[in-house]
Amino acid sequence: MKFLGLIRANLFRKKMRFVLTIGSFAVALFLFGVLAVVRGAFSGGVDIAGADRLVVINRTSIIQPLPLAYADKIKRIPGVKEITYANWFGGVYQDERNFFPQFAMDVDNWRKVYPEFDISEDQWQNFVKDRQGAIAGAATAKRFGWKVGDRIPIKGTFLGGVWEFNLDGIYHGTRQADDETQFWFQWKRFEEQVPAQYKGHVGWYTVKVEHPDDSLRVSKAIDTEFANSPFETHTDTEKAFAAGWVKQFGNIQFLIMAIGGVVFFTLLLVTGNTMAIAVRERTAELAVLKAVGYSDRFVLLFVLFESLLIALIGGALGLGLAKLFTLGGDPTRGLLPFFFLPGKAVLAGLAVTLAVGAASGILPAIGAMRMRVVDALRRV
Amino acid sequence: MVRVDGRGSSNSLIQARGLGKIYSRGGEQIHVLQALNLDVEQGEFVAFMGPSGSGKTTLLNLLGGLDVPSAGSITVAGDEITNMSRSRLTEWRARHVGFVFQMYNLIPVLTAFQNVELPLLLTKLSKAQRRQHVETALGMVGLSDRMHHFPRQLSGGQEQRVTIARAIVSDPTFLLCDEPTGDLDRKSADEIMELILRLVKEYKKTVLMVTHDPVVAERADVTLHLEKGVLVEADRLQNVSGGGVR
Repeated sequence: MKFLGLIRANLFRKKMRFVLTIGSFAVALFLFGVLAVVRGAFSGGVDIAGADRLVVINRTSIIQPLPLAYADKIKRIPGVKEITYANWFGGVYQDERNFFPQFAMDVDNWRKVYPEFDISEDQWQNFVKDRQGAIAGAATAKRFGWKVGDRIPIKGTFLGGVWEFNLDGIYHGTRQADDETQFWFQWKRFEEQVPAQYKGHVGWYTVKVEHPDDSLRVSKAIDTEFANSPFETHTDTEKAFAAGWVKQFGNIQFLIMAIGGVVFFTLLLVTGNTMAIAVRERTAELAVLKAVGYSDRFVLLFVLFESLLIALIGGALGLGLAKLFTLGGDPTRGLLPFFFLPGKAVLAGLAVTLAVGAASGILPAIGAMRMRVVDALRRV
Repeated sequence: MVRVDGRGSSNSLIQARGLGKIYSRGGEQIHVLQALNLDVEQGEFVAFMGPSGSGKTTLLNLLGGLDVPSAGSITVAGDEITNMSRSRLTEWRARHVGFVFQMYNLIPVLTAFQNVELPLLLTKLSKAQRRQHVETALGMVGLSDRMHHFPRQLSGGQEQRVTIARAIVSDPTFLLCDEPTGDLDRKSADEIMELILRLVKEYKKTVLMVTHDPVVAERADVTLHLEKGVLVEADRLQNVSGGGVR
């Protein structure tokens, strides 16, 4: 504690340089945070996908349907615990830019397969009884200012017409990364209103297996069951399915990460160099400290501590700004539902900060430690 | 009594025997000091003079434990410092040596008080005790009213006084002054010399000083001349304390 005055005085020695160095670190770590957010936004679905869930789609393409009759057959396959299904709706609320995913879903088994979505029992029962009912994720409800009881018109795209829904409930995710942007309504209503060629068909099945270890075997069993039928299936784990989805954005993600990464490391190199110069400028003063009795080890730790402190202040500031940046939510209006700064990224950012602080401080610190007082004073 | 013949009393505070220092530059060996002997007793004020490159500062660095000799030994208050490890030598310096440099070498971002306090931060003294010591030291050098000024707010003479306060604050065994007046005008130089003399006379401090200035050297008890790395001549210029040279 008694050395704090010395440390503080050195930190503020050149205020402008101090501010700029901290600022460089802050910008670099802000960028790091934003990159983590972007990466998470693209891959968040992969990270949180249930290890015990499989997605069954038409082997030709996800936009080709599967017969509803497959549900019972799949349910009978050993290792299958639950099964539910849904269709993509793709409607427009007020404006095409107001994107959010809308699913016509199976009321009976949905919650058994997706237990991570929390909704009050009263709201759920009202929804089950209301053929025109709907449930919105908390993020979407907040975005449009919806309250339970509101009437929500959604214009169909490939199905046409305006579909009106009663908002019976709002669900919340039980984990930070859970998607709270979805909009659910009853598959039975969908079935009633779609043209004849769509009736009796679903978009995809989601299967919950008894044990994650069964996933591969059950996947093969499902696809074998429907092999050589008019509607062959392609079954994958939910994680693999989500990863495949992300691959469609692969190049965009790579470009953002690559450009951001280069800028990030350039900033860190510049900052590290500035810090090394700052130490070299004080060679004579460090020599005087040694002359009056400060040990080599003290000088090493003193320089290193100062470097780490600058890095930590700048890094914490940058990560704090990145956090603030995400508080406003998804800036793409629904395309990136997983838009938040994960705790792991904050820890990784702090680790990077300390590593760079140590890396930029260690060489000058070792130089200061090894410096001979007489040589240093001779240079003055 | 200061002696350079290697036959000083075993009670000498500082005793150098057969001291040699060789530097290697571009494959050439330069003998800066050669078989130098020196005995200095407690309370003596010794000035070293000599042309540039004669080894004055090197000698001071060796005696202060800032550098290690190529040959010979140095004993201070019974401790032979030439065999000490680097870390032990650092601890020894903190306890026994006060340094006064020509360029002051104050830390510009610290106040006079904080600069003087630096050596005390290594001790176990409480904050209040440190304050008391620092105030006493700054009082001795006549800077009680400049305690919270930064070096840039002080004149050269005042900066050098702060350096002296920093050198004496931990009550070291002896002071090493390397051209303490070299960067000062005559008036400030006289004031600094008065201060150093007061430390010798009133506080019985042992002072070894390097200088180019004969006027400054005159104030010392004894002036030793270093030429080509050897103490070849010793003048008894002025003997305030009754000492002499053999």
